[in-house]
Amino acid sequence: MHSVKRLCLAHFWVAFAFFAAACAIGTWQMWVRSPLGASVGTPGQYYMLVTAHGVALAFVLTTFFIMGFGYFVATTALDRQLPGKAWAWGAYWLAVVGVVVAFAPIMNGQASVLYTFYPPLTGSAWFYIGLVLLVVASWIWAVLMMVAMTAWKRENPGRPVPLAMFATVANAVMWLWTTVGVAVQLLFQVIPAALGLVHTIDVGLSRTLFSWTLHAIVYFWLIPAYIAFYTMVPRAAGGRLYSDTMGRLTFILFLVYSLPVGLHHLLMDPEHGNATKFIQVVLTAFVSVPTLLTIFTITASLEIAGRLRGGRGPFGWIATLPWDRPMVLATGLSFVMLGFGGFGGLINMGYGMNAMVHNTSWVTAHFHLIFGGSVVIMYFAICYEIWPRLTGREHPTLSLLRLQLWSWFVGMMVMTLPWHWLGLQGQWRRVANFNYADPIIAGWGPWVIVSLIGGIILLASALLFLRNLAVLHRGAVLAVARPLYAIAVHPPQRVPAVLNSFGLWNVLVLVLMLVAYGLPIAQFLIEPSPSAIVHRMR
Amino acid sequence: MTEIHQELHERRILGTELLWAFGVGVLIAAILSMIVFTALSIGVNPPSNVERLDPKALHLSGEFAEDNLGTSVGSDGRVVVRVIATQFAFLPRCIPVPVGRPVTLRFVAPDVLHGLLISGTNVNTMVVPGYVAQVHTEFTRTGDLLMPCHEYCGLGHSEMWATVQVLPENQFQPDSNGRVSCAQR
Repeated sequence: MHSVKRLCLAHFWVAFAFFAAACAIGTWQMWVRSPLGASVGTPGQYYMLVTAHGVALAFVLTTFFIMGFGYFVATTALDRQLPGKAWAWGAYWLAVVGVVVAFAPIMNGQASVLYTFYPPLTGSAWFYIGLVLLVVASWIWAVLMMVAMTAWKRENPGRPVPLAMFATVANAVMWLWTTVGVAVQLLFQVIPAALGLVHTIDVGLSRTLFSWTLHAIVYFWLIPAYIAFYTMVPRAAGGRLYSDTMGRLTFILFLVYSLPVGLHHLLMDPEHGNATKFIQVVLTAFVSVPTLLTIFTITASLEIAGRLRGGRGPFGWIATLPWDRPMVLATGLSFVMLGFGGFGGLINMGYGMNAMVHNTSWVTAHFHLIFGGSVVIMYFAICYEIWPRLTGREHPTLSLLRLQLWSWFVGMMVMTLPWHWLGLQGQWRRVANFNYADPIIAGWGPWVIVSLIGGIILLASALLFLRNLAVLHRGAVLAVARPLYAIAVHPPQRVPAVLNSFGLWNVLVLVLMLVAYGLPIAQFLIEPSPSAIVHRMR
Repeated sequence: MTEIHQELHERRILGTELLWAFGVGVLIAAILSMIVFTALSIGVNPPSNVERLDPKALHLSGEFAEDNLGTSVGSDGRVVVRVIATQFAFLPRCIPVPVGRPVTLRFVAPDVLHGLLISGTNVNTMVVPGYVAQVHTEFTRTGDLLMPCHEYCGLGHSEMWATVQVLPENQFQPDSNGRVSCAQR
C-alpha cells in the first residue's frame, strides 16, 4: 500500500477524536434545551459549545477524513507512490496547528460566533486565522491529488483514470473553487474586523461571499460517500458497477452544479432580488440530478449482486443481498436517510416554501440527517472497509460493526424526525433554552425529549465506533485482503477526454459562476451596502 | 460474449440510464413549473425588496425613529408595522395586527444580523443590517403568536422575542394618529 498507512491513520484519528467529542457536546446541548435540563448551563457555555460542536464536525471531522481518504485512494486506486509525501505531512501538521489555534479561543469563550460566524458579530482573530490555516492545508492536499492523477496519466497514456481517483480529484477541484468565497470573506472582511483594523463591514457582501462556499462545502463532505457507493459497494455486495460512465458524469455534475447554487441559503435575505434568487433555485434543482442518477446506478449494481446470489422476481434480489456486510448494510441505511433528507431538501430549495422552514429546527434536522446520517454512516463503512488494510488486522467480529451502524441509523431517525416536526411547528434554531411555560412552546416538550433520546443513542454509537476501530490496532493479523474496488459491467478501455479530465468543466464552472454570482456580487461593488458597525464578542 | 453482443449490451445499459435521466428531467421540470406558477399566479416569492438603509442612523430620524415604530394605519387604510430588531429585543415587544386584512411588516437592525418568524404563519425573513426586510401577509386567525429572533445574534439570542396579537376587527382600533396599541390583558 505504498506506505501512506501512518499518514492516513494520523488524519483519521484526529477526525474521529473530534467527532466523538462533538457527539458528547451535541447530546449535552439537547439535554439543556429539553424540559429535563432547563436550569443547566449558561447561554455563554451553550454557545461556546455549539461553536465547538459545529467546528469539530463541519470542519475538523470532514477535512481530516477527506484528506486521509484522498491519500488512501491516490495510492490504492492508482497503485503507485504518493507524490510529495513530505508535503502531505506538512499539510497535516499545518492543519493540526490550525485546529489548535482555532480551538484555543473557542474553549476560552472568545469565539462564540458559531461555526457560521456571521458578521458583524466577530470573535477572536485567532479563531479565523486557525480556520484559514486548516483551509490552506486542504489546498495543499487538493494540489497533491491533482499532481498524483497527472503523474499517473503520464505513465498510462490514453487509459481512463480509475473512477475512485477521478472522483477524488473532482472533489479536490471543486474544493478549490468552493473555498474562494469564504477565503475572500475571511481575509478581506472578517479578519481585518476581528483585528480591529476596520470598524465597519458590508454585511450584504459578506453573506453573499459566504453563501458561495456554503452549499458546495456540503458536497465536499458528501463525495467520499459517493465514492464508496460507486467504487466499493458493488464489490462488497458481490456484484459489479452498472455503469462506469454514469459514475464519471455524476462527479462532473457535482463539480459543475454544487457551486452556482449557494444563494438558495439566502432566499429569506433582503439584499438580493427575486430574479437572482430564482436563477439559483433553477440551478439548485439541477444539483439533485447527480444524486438521482446515483440512486439508479447503485440500485442497478446491487440488483446485479442480488441476482448473482440467486434473487428472483422484481424485488427478490433485495432479500438475497449480503446485508450482513457492513458496507452493504450502511448503503441501505444511508439510502433510507437520503430519501427522507432529500425530500426535506426539495422543500428547503422550494423558493416560496422555504419561508415555512427557514431557520427552524427543520433545517437543523435536514443537515443532521443528510450529512450526519447518510454521509457519516458511509464514513463509518469506509473505515470498516479500509482499516484492516491500514493496520493489517482482521475485524474480530462483524456483529458489533452492524450494531454500530444500526444504532447510528436509529439514533439519527429518532433525533431528526421530531426536529422536522418541531420546525414545522415554528421551533426556531440556535436557542440555548426554551421557555416551556409559554403555552405554544409547552407542547413541544415531549418531542424535544424524544429527540434527546435519539442523541443519546447516537453518542453511544459514536463511542462504539471508536471501539470498533481501536481493536483493529491489535488482534489477529489479516490473512488476505479482498480486492476493494469494484469492476464495472463493462470496464472502460478508452473514455473521451472530457470524461477523463477537468479542463472543460472548469470553464463551465466559471461561466455558471459568472451567471449565478456575477451580478449578486457586483451589486455591492457598484453600490455597497450601508456599512454596519463591527460587534466584537470579547 | 462476442464483441458485437457486448456493444449491444453496453448500449442497453446506457438506454436505461437515459430513460431514468429523462424521468429525472420531467420531475425537475414539474417542480420548477410549480414554483413559477405559484410565483406568478398567487405571488409566492421570498422577501426580496432590495432597500438600503444606513443601520448607524436609524434612531436619528425617518421611518424607524422611535415615534414611528409599531403598528399604524395609513389614510388609505393600509396597515404597516415597523419594528427594530436589536440585541436582544424587538421594539416594540408587542405587535397588534388585524385579522383578515393585508399587513406589511418592515424590519431593520441597527447592530448585528437578526431574523424572525411568526409561529403558525409563513412570515419569515432575515434582518440584515443595511437593509429593510419587508414581508406582506394576512393573518387568518385571532390570538397571540410568538415572534422569536431565529438567527444567532449574541449570547442573549434566546431571550429575544416579541408577541404578535392578531385582533378581531372591532378590537383593532387606530387612534387619531392612525396608531394601534396592543390590547391590555
